[in-house]
Amino acid sequence: MRFAATMALAGFAATPAAAATINVTVTIPTLKVAEYHRPYVATWIEGANGAATSLALWYDHDNRENGGTKWLADLRQWWRKAGRTLKVPADGLTGATRAPGPQKIAAAPKLAPGSYTLLVEAARENGGREVVRVPFQWPPKSAQTTQAKGSSELGAVALTVAP
Amino acid sequence: MRKWLLAPATLGLALALSTPAAAHRQWMLPSMTSLSGDDGWITVDAGISTDPFVADHNAARLDGISVTAPDGSAGAIENPSTGKLRSTFDVHLTKPGTWKIAGGMQAVFASWTVDGQPKRWRGKPAELASAVPANAADLKVSEVQNRNELFVTLGAPDTRLLTPSGKGLEFAPVTHPDDLVASEPATFGFLIDGKPAAGIEITIVPGGRRYRDQPNEIALKTDAKGQVVVKWPAPGVYWLQATTSDDKTSVPQARERRLGYTTTVEVLAP
Repeated sequence: MRFAATMALAGFAATPAAAATINVTVTIPTLKVAEYHRPYVATWIEGANGAATSLALWYDHDNRENGGTKWLADLRQWWRKAGRTLKVPADGLTGATRAPGPQKIAAAPKLAPGSYTLLVEAARENGGREVVRVPFQWPPKSAQTTQAKGSSELGAVALTVAP
Repeated sequence: MRKWLLAPATLGLALALSTPAAAHRQWMLPSMTSLSGDDGWITVDAGISTDPFVADHNAARLDGISVTAPDGSAGAIENPSTGKLRSTFDVHLTKPGTWKIAGGMQAVFASWTVDGQPKRWRGKPAELASAVPANAADLKVSEVQNRNELFVTLGAPDTRLLTPSGKGLEFAPVTHPDDLVASEPATFGFLIDGKPAAGIEITIVPGGRRYRDQPNEIALKTDAKGQVVVKWPAPGVYWLQATTSDDKTSVPQARERRLGYTTTVEVLAP
């Protein structure tokens, strides 16, 4: 992921318009529950027309017999918009579930100019499900950070877009 | 019953034939309709009762249930069991796409009088001639064709099994039945012999009837294109039935053809 960001940065010098970046910090809250399992988390971008671009998927990716995919549909909005047409595991996209605390995603998506929404969806075994949305404009004119906050399964979500 | 038979013949027939359908509903309840993973299992309950999914009357028969894989090949029901109040079976979804689980029946109903005694009979079209005695008076025959189908999707939904056969009453959904969300209205179409079924009645019953006072049934009528737009009051499981009748019978003695289509859909929270 970090390597991808560096590559994007390298591209910045040559073609500024194509190299705008997205940095997302998703905070997975620490929950005091008897039986805790790390949540499945999907992060994606939706355009005004509903078209979705996945940025990251954290799930039980190395489960024996690929059994972790059984619960992907529990991320039900992501599953409908992007998940069910995605072959997992996918390079640069899928990874293991993350521990509580701030987790970072960096990307340089190729998006047509327009209004977009960043969506972060979390679903936890023995727990709940939550979606946090952060609207943004693309391409960014200047570096901007927008904050949003979940109330149960997600903590703060910070989106930084930079030209 | 006796009173009805004394009523004008047409009214008596309509009552006698419509009563079973109105009082007891065939239903199939899938454990889920949208699955992820390389393969998946679902389990289905099937029963006949006044309120769909409330197993308080009779189990459904499983001998006519067929399973079709997304590529058109035959699947199978597994671990079938018929209890007193409901039947149950599993389906192993081994291929990605939309699967079809179909039941239903095609039968002939006949009523007549012999020596002033009313008689009723139900059976296969071919058995009709031998079932009716030569001295039967006042013979009335109708043909019944009911479909009860479920669509269940592993991975991304597709429409391969939604291609109509052109026979009887069929479901022609514009919105995929495994892609329903409470915040989005769904458009469902119906066809009779492959043509838009305009002006037919659609009844939608939300599950969980035991935990509310009113049935909360949604009654709709198809438009000229044979379609209805359904606004879901809440996420949940819904039983849907379309019914109509016409005179396009395939059994020569029958004057009426009664058609029914039943399905169960799952509406997810947005």
